Amino acid sequence: MTLGEIAEKLSLSVQTAQEKLDTEVTGGYASDLLSCVMAKARKGNIWVTLQSHLNIVAVASLKELAGIIVTEGMPLEADTLQKANEEGIPILTTPHTTFTIVSQLARLGIQGVEITNDK
Amino acid sequence: MVSTRVPTEKTAEVTKPHPEVTKLQELVYELKIEQVMTRKVITVSPEDSLRHLKEVLRLNRISGTPVLSGGELVGIISIENLIKALEAGEIDATVGEKMTRNIQTVYADEPIIQAVNKFARFGFGRLPVINREGKLVGILTQGDIVRGLLRQLEIDYHEEEIHRYRASHIFEDIISDQTGLILRYKVQAQDFVHCGEAASKLKRALERLGAKPVIVRRVAVASYEAETNLVIHTTKGGELIAEIQPDKIRIVAVDHGPGIPDVEKAMQPGFSTAPDWIRELGFGAGMGLNNIKACSDVMNLTSKVGIGTRLEIIINM
Repeated sequence: MTLGEIAEKLSLSVQTAQEKLDTEVTGGYASDLLSCVMAKARKGNIWVTLQSHLNIVAVASLKELAGIIVTEGMPLEADTLQKANEEGIPILTTPHTTFTIVSQLARLGIQGVEITNDK
Repeated sequence: MVSTRVPTEKTAEVTKPHPEVTKLQELVYELKIEQVMTRKVITVSPEDSLRHLKEVLRLNRISGTPVLSGGELVGIISIENLIKALEAGEIDATVGEKMTRNIQTVYADEPIIQAVNKFARFGFGRLPVINREGKLVGILTQGDIVRGLLRQLEIDYHEEEIHRYRASHIFEDIISDQTGLILRYKVQAQDFVHCGEAASKLKRALERLGAKPVIVRRVAVASYEAETNLVIHTTKGGELIAEIQPDKIRIVAVDHGPGIPDVEKAMQPGFSTAPDWIRELGFGAGMGLNNIKACSDVMNLTSKVGIGTRLEIIINM
């Protein structure tokens, strides 16, 4: 499933890198700790987090993630948006909690990291 | 088709705050008309009959030609003019009587966007190309533009290929007893805005050098964590030094304080000395050193309180 399809089904609002919405999502990962994301998230994963500051872009870019869903309507700063556009990292926002979004992603068939790894 | 689409894309792009220019758009501004035009121009004179013109068009398989009188460009005549004359039974009329006198031309030294715009606006099949003295030096069709663009794209593509090839063969081309490429990155303390940039740059360099994706990913994680540690924990920042060798990459992160009192404790998963405000940003989970260890083949951490810390990471290629 592509990032664009997920954005539509979950009514996420696309904040950056519109041109990358056709990226195929390989799985999902949720955490607010950057080191955990660095350790566990896999290339092409969608990352669900409460964090909204600039460094989420660096993490997503280094790990080549498909995109970031920022939950609970956390406000995004201008430099975060600018960096995400420069790096081509889609950031999608939602007023819902991480739990709600993850459960909706699971219903769409987006699987967690461990399951993706077993392949 | 291409030539009419390009200008519309261009105008759409200009209105955006950060226009992203495609390679094709760049080329229509970069390439000069003289680089893509046909230089051997078949011409007729105003005194020639349409019967003669018909033969010229047929034998050369073209659909129009400029009209020259005493070396001067005086008009243009196309197969369309010829058909109209034939309908009226005027096959013996002269070119001068039936040609279009009000002609659009382009200059040889103009970028091809000028021609692209004129083709889109007037719908002509060809444009005579003149130099700044007004002399006819070539002829340009939309086909010439497409061919020129494709040729240039191919050249650019080859150049990029050669670039990549050279970068990935650097270790074979340079002969020494031990060849290494050293990349140094300065990392500022408490600079969360630029945190991760050194790791990104190192990652890109490795990709450029043709390192395997699995190696690139390990280096990215290890160098990001090492860089983050310099940002979070040092008093005056530090340096990230990567030495790339044919068979391995050695990353050294050095700083000048404050130093780690208990290295063994620092290595425990979840142990962190990061203050609350940094943890709120998602850093300081106490997983950094563990991540580095998991990604590296060799890891050495030495530290002296008041002197500084040196972290050495080796990842085999």
